[in-house]
Amino acid sequence: MSSGFETVIGLEVHVELKTRSKIFCSCSNEFGAEPNTNVCPICSGFPGMLPVLNRQVVEYAIKAGLALNCEIADSCKFDRKNYFYPDLPKAYQISQYDLPICKKGYLDIEADGGKKRIGITRAHLEEDAGKLVHQGSITSTPFSLVDLNRSGVPLLEIVSEPDLRNSGEARAYMEKLRSLLLFAGVSDCKMEEGSLRCDANVSVRPCGEEKLGTRAEIKNLNSFKAMEKAIDYEVRRQIEAIEDGEEIVQETRTWEEDRQITRSMRSKEEAHDYRYFPEPDLTPLRISRDWVNQVMESMPEMPEEARERLMDEYGLSAYDAGLLTLTPDTLAFFDECTRYYKDGKIISNWMMGEMSKLLNQKNMDIAQCQIEPVKLAHMLKLIDKGSISGKMAKEIFEIMFATGQAAEEIIKEKGMEQISDTATLEKIIQEVIDRNPGVVEDYRNGKKKATGFLVGQVMQATKGQANPALVNQILAQKLN
Amino acid sequence: MELYELTLHEMQALLHKKEASAQELVQSVCGRINAVEDKVKAFLTLDQEGALAQAQQWDARGEFSGLAGIPYGLKDIICSRGIRTTCASKILENFVPFYDATVAARLKGAGGVLMGKLNMDEFAMGSSTEQSAFFPTRNPWDLERVPGGSSGGSAAAVAAGEVPFALGTDTGGSIRQPASFCGVVGIKPTYGRVSRYGVVAYASSLDQVGVLGREVRDCALVLNIIAGQDPLDSTCVEVEKPDFTSYLNQDIKGLKIAYPREYFQEGIDKGIKEIVKKALLKYEELGAIIEEVSLPHSEYALPAYYLVATAEASANLARFDGVRYGLRDLEAENVIQMFSATRAAGFGDDVKMRIMLGTYALSSGYYDAYYLKALKVRRLIKNDFDQVFQDFDLIVSPTTPTPAFKIGEQVGDPLTLYMNDILTVPINMAGLPGMSIPCGFLNGLPVGMQLVGKAFDEGTLIRAAYAFENNTDYHKVKPDLGVM
Repeated sequence: MSSGFETVIGLEVHVELKTRSKIFCSCSNEFGAEPNTNVCPICSGFPGMLPVLNRQVVEYAIKAGLALNCEIADSCKFDRKNYFYPDLPKAYQISQYDLPICKKGYLDIEADGGKKRIGITRAHLEEDAGKLVHQGSITSTPFSLVDLNRSGVPLLEIVSEPDLRNSGEARAYMEKLRSLLLFAGVSDCKMEEGSLRCDANVSVRPCGEEKLGTRAEIKNLNSFKAMEKAIDYEVRRQIEAIEDGEEIVQETRTWEEDRQITRSMRSKEEAHDYRYFPEPDLTPLRISRDWVNQVMESMPEMPEEARERLMDEYGLSAYDAGLLTLTPDTLAFFDECTRYYKDGKIISNWMMGEMSKLLNQKNMDIAQCQIEPVKLAHMLKLIDKGSISGKMAKEIFEIMFATGQAAEEIIKEKGMEQISDTATLEKIIQEVIDRNPGVVEDYRNGKKKATGFLVGQVMQATKGQANPALVNQILAQKLN
Repeated sequence: MELYELTLHEMQALLHKKEASAQELVQSVCGRINAVEDKVKAFLTLDQEGALAQAQQWDARGEFSGLAGIPYGLKDIICSRGIRTTCASKILENFVPFYDATVAARLKGAGGVLMGKLNMDEFAMGSSTEQSAFFPTRNPWDLERVPGGSSGGSAAAVAAGEVPFALGTDTGGSIRQPASFCGVVGIKPTYGRVSRYGVVAYASSLDQVGVLGREVRDCALVLNIIAGQDPLDSTCVEVEKPDFTSYLNQDIKGLKIAYPREYFQEGIDKGIKEIVKKALLKYEELGAIIEEVSLPHSEYALPAYYLVATAEASANLARFDGVRYGLRDLEAENVIQMFSATRAAGFGDDVKMRIMLGTYALSSGYYDAYYLKALKVRRLIKNDFDQVFQDFDLIVSPTTPTPAFKIGEQVGDPLTLYMNDILTVPINMAGLPGMSIPCGFLNGLPVGMQLVGKAFDEGTLIRAAYAFENNTDYHKVKPDLGVM
């Protein structure tokens, strides 16, 4: 950091739990339904309605807590957080105030100086609000519509310690958090659909200072990139302000994507008094050790274990194993592939290379990839058998990616099979030698590079389908 | 004797034995309602057509069990599918729920015939039913007087013979106090005994649905139907539900009854104290053991109640914002204005005052001094009762400090009005079952005796209440409404 300031960042992450039904009623928790179709009197706050806690929500919160190395509370409770807004049907949100379900956890990120442990203060359960639909912008719309499909969707709010020191670490934290939650199977963590949301608390202080600077809370961070940019902007803004002799005020700011700045939304004085008090409609939630143990036993392999396994079993580098364990889908693809093809390193190279290149080009997710793991495995076997060259394989892979066809099918269709028949190759090579006496002469006079030209001629004659190893071998025999 | 004059269990017997048809019964009740409703004004909404149609169906079916064909009324805070549920508030004046409260569904399931929805203080906040946004209900014993509240419509309708029983709700005395004022039996079960699902919340940790009827047996019969666990209400707990009518024939020899000295102190009408003390002697005569005890923290119950109840109410009533149902101000220029204008127009003064009190009590900086302290007092009150119940089966006291007062007498004097609940509020704070039964008359007005039992021991209440009723005639005296 420039100019002798240190940045301090803490993140508050809201993650939607992908349970079958909502947190306090039996409405479907599916995303993307027609407005106001996943609603009932309970999640629309009708008179006399009462919440009933969904057991699966608690189970998912325990899972997430375990994935984040948290303590799971034996007993916790729910509280009402009061504020008026048209998308909040009861005008209070049922949340957890002073007794969260999970606390005192951590996760490890790769930072500049190696592994860094980031503390997690707490993770608590709450219900999501609905959303408003405006015609145009919120200020110019003649009216707003309310969609309550999201009202009552279970959320886990995960609050980190102020352990992050720059936007890169914040991103690493978010990526790691996302990966852990995906592996735990509790959320689909899609920022674009709002199932993963993040607010950043940012402050700066002179290097060496113990006391935290005054923080600003940045909202409206809709992507990892937006988060990084917003933090970088905010840090610059705060340092400049301090250097200009201004005082930083505690406030909530919003990231304006189009202007690439943070703008003040409300000051501390304007902050809501949420008047939290214990939710009388729900009894305290007791979580037995047995329940936690049961959940623990049902936990899938987490990314760190998987990474170790990939390094041990396939001799992958820490870096490659790390990339393959970024999401459960990537790992599942890799694992499935190794059932049919034993060399994990080669699989890894293809996944990291061609596959990831094409996915990025098309802005696709591995889950959307048309190539099934078994098809990649078969293609790799064809290379090993010498049926196709590495170069042909890349071409075939692209077609597989586009059409989902098997390699064999493509080869047959396009007549792309590699020529590995010695007799055929000998005939072609002899013709090339006969057509190029000068070059052969050069070679024999010690110009060894001349073989390159002859190989090229053979490849041209075979449209690149000649087995390159065999060509080299036969050519060497004939020339010497 | 007209059919409407019968008690619930007498009506049941008649229908079961086919000595009267459901239509005859409901017609008789309709006739009574039409004759006295102008004077009593107990109903906010009547559904005589619907009731007659249901009665016809029961007659067509020809089989009578449970509550089949029996008319009843619901306090208008209990949601009834397809029938407007107003909470006696302008803000819900035209609200028609598309769901039944669990208690409404259970009565319907048992065959009961809903006559209509009964008047109350707005959102159950009040002790006189004068705070209904629509009109006050009158006490059938003296039309110049209030029936009590907030379940005043329920108590008055039962006393006036408009229905054999009605459901009410009790947050700080709202069943027992009007039962006492109107000379009927009212039971507030243990918190958690009866589902609150579909009952519009005033103070969630105190609200409980109960029964008002003309005799103890009727209340036990209805309690059998409405009590019991409900998956839709997490606070309605899984405890064994006895047959409450099985307590009706037990004698009370050796029953240990405590009377707390704090409930017979200054501020309680002398005449009432004498009547209740006489009732205690009756119990002694019947073989019970009577002793004085102390509930020292009860004197703090009222202020603590007004913090807990208003705090919860401030959140519970926040949903009436004009967005999804109920009243909405259409002239507002933005959503914040719409919220305030809707609520300003929709709520009555006392409701607004309680919302403000509760909001204040929960505000940052005041929470510890008010709300949290009130919760601690609540714990102490409960401890007092637990202590007494280690040695006693029952606590007996007057239900109210005075008999029914005149309409308008206490309007604009909330502190006096709140004192009406001084003897009933501690029981809600402790979550215990309470009952009021007629035990005498003072200047022609009924006086009620409050019985309080251990948590989930409604059985003992019913047993003691029945024993008293069986040996007295107060429940048989009926108000004269001057109509035939």
